[in-house]
Amino acid sequence: MAPLLSVKGLSTEFRTERGIVKAVDNVSFDLAAGETLAIVGESGSGKSVTAMSILRLIPDPPGKISAGEVMFDGQNLLTLSDEQIRAIRGNRIAMIFQEPMSSLNPSLTVGLQIAEPINLHRKTPWAAAMDKAVELLGRVRMSDAASRVKAYPHQFSGGMRQRAMIAMALACQPQLIIADEPTTALDVTVQAQILALLKEVTRAANSALILITHDLGVVARYADRVCVMYGGRIVEAGPAREIYARPRHPYTIGLMASVPRLDQEAGSRLVPIEGSPPNLANLPPGCAFAPRCRRATDLCRNHRPLLVQSTPDHLSACHFHAQLSANVGT
Amino acid sequence: MQAYIIRRLLALIPTLIFASLIVFITVRLIPGDIIDLMLSSNDIGADKKSRVQLEAALGLDKPMVSQYFRWLGAILFEGSLGKSLWQNTPVMEEILHRLPITFELGLMALFVALIVGIPIGVYSAVRQDTVGDYVTRSFAILALALPGFWVGTLVMVFPSIWWGWSPEVKYIAFTQDPLRNLAQMAIPALILGKAFSAVVMRLTRTMMLEVMRQDYIRTALAKGLATRTTIIRHALRNALIPVVTLVGLQAPVLVGGTVILEQIFVIPGMGLLLLEAVSQRDYPIITGVFLVVGVAVVLINLLVDLSYGLLDPKVRYR
Ligand SMILES: Nc1ncnc2c1ncn2[C@@H]1O[C@H](COP(=O)(O)OP(=O)(O)OP(=O)(O)O)[C@@H](O)[C@H]1O
Ligand code: SF4
Ligand SMILES: [Mg+2]
Repeated sequence: MAPLLSVKGLSTEFRTERGIVKAVDNVSFDLAAGETLAIVGESGSGKSVTAMSILRLIPDPPGKISAGEVMFDGQNLLTLSDEQIRAIRGNRIAMIFQEPMSSLNPSLTVGLQIAEPINLHRKTPWAAAMDKAVELLGRVRMSDAASRVKAYPHQFSGGMRQRAMIAMALACQPQLIIADEPTTALDVTVQAQILALLKEVTRAANSALILITHDLGVVARYADRVCVMYGGRIVEAGPAREIYARPRHPYTIGLMASVPRLDQEAGSRLVPIEGSPPNLANLPPGCAFAPRCRRATDLCRNHRPLLVQSTPDHLSACHFHAQLSANVGT
Repeated sequence: MQAYIIRRLLALIPTLIFASLIVFITVRLIPGDIIDLMLSSNDIGADKKSRVQLEAALGLDKPMVSQYFRWLGAILFEGSLGKSLWQNTPVMEEILHRLPITFELGLMALFVALIVGIPIGVYSAVRQDTVGDYVTRSFAILALALPGFWVGTLVMVFPSIWWGWSPEVKYIAFTQDPLRNLAQMAIPALILGKAFSAVVMRLTRTMMLEVMRQDYIRTALAKGLATRTTIIRHALRNALIPVVTLVGLQAPVLVGGTVILEQIFVIPGMGLLLLEAVSQRDYPIITGVFLVVGVAVVLINLLVDLSYGLLDPKVRYR
């Protein structure tokens, strides 16, 4: 069966004063219906730009999708007309953003904002769409949904706003939901609730989910598959459990050492990755991670490692991927 | 909200008393007093006796403080603004007669400013840094830079030289012939609204650019809304909040503009009344006009504050 979403060779650039920034460079991945894919990486690694490129929401100028295709249910989203892509946005692919504080319009009621895609895509009259909004708020476990639809975003807490965003995403029963760091701005306790809710409602609706995060702990619990991004490229990809157990890229190994692990003994130290993310306008000729990699050799500095199959469904872009799986944690 | 309005109106009283005191005193300090004017215009020899008689007749012989309290008392207890020193007609009557004319001119100018400024501001923001944006912004600077009195004078003078046409100088009341009245008011309203529309346009553009960068605009686009719907439903309302503030702040400037344009286009509004009164040193009219304008400006600002509630749900009147 063809995957629901198949991204092939996607590249997105920004023209900036520092020159052309390749925020996303030759990114490919597949996603089956109902599956959850996590995209992981440090700040600035191109996760959001990848997500926004899928729905063609990159501001142009300064941005531009310079290459690739995004096959969704048999059609290439990148070649659709403006009207056709609008018919997909919020309808068959919905998006949830990082900032619940600013992602809702302060001067419109929450209910109207949830009802909006229903009115737009289903041509449902406003009154009926508002009834649907009440039902959706109930589904994201908002107590007292009937009166909450009339409230404005400033009357909601961060967690409630993110629930409203999830309700909005669910409005037209999309086949795919893209959640871009949906919990980063929330309290730790609320984070877990929102993620569990997101997973539960997407499963109930049989929607596929792209979960963008920089938290590998989240990945292990919620994702089926993972793409690890570094400097705009995918450096490792495969089943979540496999990558969690046997990472085959030094960057992933570094990421794992920098977050608490479920299977870790209490009290063991967290080690942040040394150095800073690469300058996307001026990437080194070889491996982009080489300046921060303890295993780097001259081969790494001069030749860029390609993303290759380390095992049939585990991809890695490291010259030494084969040697890595044995020494996790060292 | 009712309580809020009542409190705002009560707070108005000390402001108006203070303002009236200033106006009351300063108009009497304008060099050349009314007695000199009256005596010279009547060709009466300015002898000591007739001067004293005149002052007594007009009530100007009393100390300024007692004049002020008499004036204030008349307002508070009789609702009267006194009588014109020249025509002996009630000032209130004269002002109530003129007020709608100025109000109409100001309202038309405001209408011009908003109907021109907002759409062009939005257009200019959406087409940021295109030729259209530069052209509209250049026009805005031009509209700001050309003084209204100069444009008004040109409109009065040149068409009559070139085509023998000039704007109507005999005032036609709205009740008399609405269409001709509106046609007559249109030119001064355009000139009066011109600079204001430029300010509105620039503020709308700036605010739209700011609002269009917000995350909720991205959310709206991600829902599949068209750019047009996004602008109208999600951006404009948020962008217009400061424009409403601007309207409140600019109201006095608009009043100032009407004084000059009423003079040029011979429109018998408050502005013309004020100018005549100043040149004749008709003190009660001058103070009366200022008082009414003051009340109007404060009321406009109250209206502006109330309209925030319609635009911004975070505003609560307490
Ligand atoms: N509007 C823009 N203009 C210029 N450059 C941009 C723009 N948006 C993104 N970029 C570039 O793309 C790079 C990747 O950004 P992106 O938002 O995808 O990172 P991210 O992985 O989502 O990080 P974060 O975890 O902080 O959200 C940024 O470092 C920046 O250089
Ligand atoms: S290719 Fe070399 S530098 Fe890059 S991650 Fe692998 S070992 Fe490190
Ligand atoms: Mg991001």
